[in-house]
Amino acid sequence: MSIAQSIVEIVEETLRAEPGTRVERVVVRIGRLVAVGPDSLAFCYEAITEGTALAGSDLVVEEVPVRVRCRACGETTELETFTFRCARCGGVELSALSGNELVVSHIEVEQ
Amino acid sequence: MKIITVERKVLKKNDEVAAENRETFRRQGIFAINLLSSPGAGKTTLLEKTIAALAGALRLAVVEGDVQTDLDAQRISRQGVPVVQIVTHGACHLEAPLVQDAMARLAMDSIDLLIIENVGNLVCPASFDLGEHVKVIVASTPEGDDKPIKYPKMFRVCDVCVLNKIDLLPHVDFDTERFKRFALEINPRITFFETSARTGEGVEEWVEWLRRRSAPAR
Repeated sequence: MSIAQSIVEIVEETLRAEPGTRVERVVVRIGRLVAVGPDSLAFCYEAITEGTALAGSDLVVEEVPVRVRCRACGETTELETFTFRCARCGGVELSALSGNELVVSHIEVEQ
Repeated sequence: MKIITVERKVLKKNDEVAAENRETFRRQGIFAINLLSSPGAGKTTLLEKTIAALAGALRLAVVEGDVQTDLDAQRISRQGVPVVQIVTHGACHLEAPLVQDAMARLAMDSIDLLIIENVGNLVCPASFDLGEHVKVIVASTPEGDDKPIKYPKMFRVCDVCVLNKIDLLPHVDFDTERFKRFALEINPRITFFETSARTGEGVEEWVEWLRRRSAPAR
């Protein structure tokens, strides 16, 4: 819920520089490691924006896959699960290249 | 239709305040831990035993996060340790600014170890940095040995796991090795302690770790 609240605050701050616009969609990028459910986030967003200038706009979540680089063999792979093991050499010392994002990407507005 | 590029981190404000908290801990030589668990895993009982064992050895303070009531803070303050209660009024996790407010009510220059007891929840608290040095998850045997794969994010961010209620092992369907294997697949760095806060078994090893980690921070 407070994540949805933070998203709304960012959108409202951004719109201060764009008066007279009506928001259609807010697009956020969320890494799979963040483990925020897109459905519950959209639900919270709808509840918070009800009765505000953002009412009726959609929150769209773009999920970002977890990509890791193995520190032992250097292989870059995408993880399907939370098992942190290199698919090539079995190494467990992995650096996450993506998957931790929680970013408001852009807003689509009608003028 | 027009597209306005934003590209802003949602938790930026929280992370900025967490960085300020971290700097305060560094300046004051405080070792800070964020204690996380499901409701009822035994965090507060473990904390009581920990406080009793550290009496006289370390100057300890507690920040107590609860959704409602200050019952846990009352339990802690009975042990003569400075405690600040944060009631989140429904919010399921602590955030860095709340902890910063709590720190303002503590004598930060006379603390060696700050224990932040988060709200009992294994989902949202994993996403909020409070500025702590280590996140510690307290899991308990009745919760089942598949907890790590059910809440992978939490086990990914916690570098210490206290497995509590080991006195109940004969009565519950819990395979300790299976639990550890799941946790290590998610986070190979994780260190385990096995305790029964009720009987006191294993608490000494956990307390020794706190003592060791707190000393260099001073």
